[in-house]
Amino acid sequence: MHKKDSKSRDQLLDYLDDKAEWLRREIIRLSSIAGGAHLGGGLSMADVIVAVYYYAMNLKQGDPTWADRDRFILSKGHGAVAYCPVLADQGFFSPDWLNTFNNLDSPFGMHPDMKKIPGCDMSTGSLGHGLSVAVGMALTARLDKKSWRVFVLMGDGEINEGMVWEAAPAASHFKLGNIVAIIDRNTLSLDGPTEEIMAIEPIAKRWEAFGWRVFDIDGHDMGALVDTLDKLPPSSDPTPTLIVARTVKGKGVDFMENNPIWHYAGLDKAKSAEALTCIGNCRPKRRT
Amino acid sequence: MAEQVGGLTYTILDADKMTAAEIYGDVLTQIGGQRPEIVALSADLAKSTKIGKFGEKYPDRFFNVGIAEQNMFGVAAGLALAGFVPFVSTFAVFVSMRAGEQVRTDICYQKLNCKIIATHSGISFGQAGTTHHCTEDLAIIRSFANMTVIAPADGFETAKAVQASVDWKGPVYIRIGRGFEPRVYTDDKFDFTIGKAREMRPGTDVTVIACGTPLVGAVDAADFLKKNDGLSVRVINMHTIKPIDREAIEKAVMDTRRIITFEDHNVIGGLGSAVAEVIADLGKGCAFKRVGIPDEFSPVGYPDDLYHHYKLDSEGIIDTVREVMGKEFEEDEDWQDEF
Repeated sequence: MHKKDSKSRDQLLDYLDDKAEWLRREIIRLSSIAGGAHLGGGLSMADVIVAVYYYAMNLKQGDPTWADRDRFILSKGHGAVAYCPVLADQGFFSPDWLNTFNNLDSPFGMHPDMKKIPGCDMSTGSLGHGLSVAVGMALTARLDKKSWRVFVLMGDGEINEGMVWEAAPAASHFKLGNIVAIIDRNTLSLDGPTEEIMAIEPIAKRWEAFGWRVFDIDGHDMGALVDTLDKLPPSSDPTPTLIVARTVKGKGVDFMENNPIWHYAGLDKAKSAEALTCIGNCRPKRRT
Repeated sequence: MAEQVGGLTYTILDADKMTAAEIYGDVLTQIGGQRPEIVALSADLAKSTKIGKFGEKYPDRFFNVGIAEQNMFGVAAGLALAGFVPFVSTFAVFVSMRAGEQVRTDICYQKLNCKIIATHSGISFGQAGTTHHCTEDLAIIRSFANMTVIAPADGFETAKAVQASVDWKGPVYIRIGRGFEPRVYTDDKFDFTIGKAREMRPGTDVTVIACGTPLVGAVDAADFLKKNDGLSVRVINMHTIKPIDREAIEKAVMDTRRIITFEDHNVIGGLGSAVAEVIADLGKGCAFKRVGIPDEFSPVGYPDDLYHHYKLDSEGIIDTVREVMGKEFEEDEDWQDEF
């Protein structure tokens, strides 16, 4: 199933939760192949990226260059381990490729490279760049009179970057309601809590002051994610949208949750097995 | 009869009255009429960089992002990703340093078709002082893989560089001055090929290699030295810093065995360094001197005074050539046999 087909809401949410559980398992599996990965931030963004890719975005399975597709920029490029499996699952390349993660000449490393990964719309990794690129992409959609949207997923610590605050007013100034930015608000950056390191709250008020429409939601509640994505304005709207997705760093693996030491880590076999068990146990209850 | 520049409809008379920046603004506007994929971006310097001319003619394809250079290059990347050809203009100091990482990571890494017009480079913005001088950009920008780097000598050459860049695959950095520099060329009847240096004066005693503003002084100096000192000074216009014309440099080594470079840039990392790299690779002995800003922050002053101060005008170039020619340089009969 893909997107808004005939299934009931409960079936849809179960389907998306299944995808999120699968993605979390992939993150653990790939981190073993890769010898380490950004586990905390990968697990925190899993529900968001699943909702965006499997529900909101207008895509063609297996066709990464379809001109009218919605675009996605992983501005928090270190989340590649939670992004590349989704692109494979969209049929943009063989999932077998993922087994090369981090190896010499692999298309996949810590940060995604659009020249090597089919379906990746922009290379990222240096924080703060994604929203500016989204503004440029959204302008091209306007110039070409196209209705596709640009989704951009940022980390919460990332919005410390000054460039974000150059792009935020540009998006509203140029009336780019075809931009949907999402902040993975897991409250922890590498050195600890964002509010202790460099406070970013109140996020919603700050972005509203820059001319954005803001939804502030639980980023692990698939129902809330779907409802919010349903409320997106038509892409012709003049106001860009920000979704503040309140998440938990390391979500789904209880010993990693809210612990910044799992920002980046490798797992031995025993820890991997333990993590996978946790993911099964932590999965939201089925509705159907 | 109005002469055309690069097939475009502004005249020699205009070129006399217009700055290099104004000419490029006009050229870009005219090319924009033929090429709907061209878009232009400015960071609140549309007037200073003259890219605003394009904006007046094509307001739908012109984006002023305000005083926010990092965002500007990110936005340009987004536009280029969908097949547009962004021309982005701001002062060289802000391209290469304020937004250097965005240029590298968002544009060069992806080899995007983005053309950068970096104005007010070197010490051309004299009275604005060190914050607005830019004597580092060639060193920084030429180290970005995929980037092509051009330093045209005057308005005519800028017009040709802008035209050539449109169909050149990948990012191009075109470095110009403030635009009030004197003309080197008297008309547009010359070939301009990216990566191919131009011999402005033939010569056999010594080769002067220059780019950008100092080229006019180099040409004048060669003419003066021929007449007064009987010296045969070859003058090479190395308008493309990357990819550099290795052949022209190697030929100069073999033919004249004396090379002097002149650039409006720190002597570290710019034209002189790029030429030195080729000479070193060649492995042939050659008297060599780099003239530019000697690894210091340039002071405030009117541009002409600064060019004089740093020996980048004809007088300074004459002095330097005489100095190099006056030095003992050991001739070696077997030189051609060395590896």
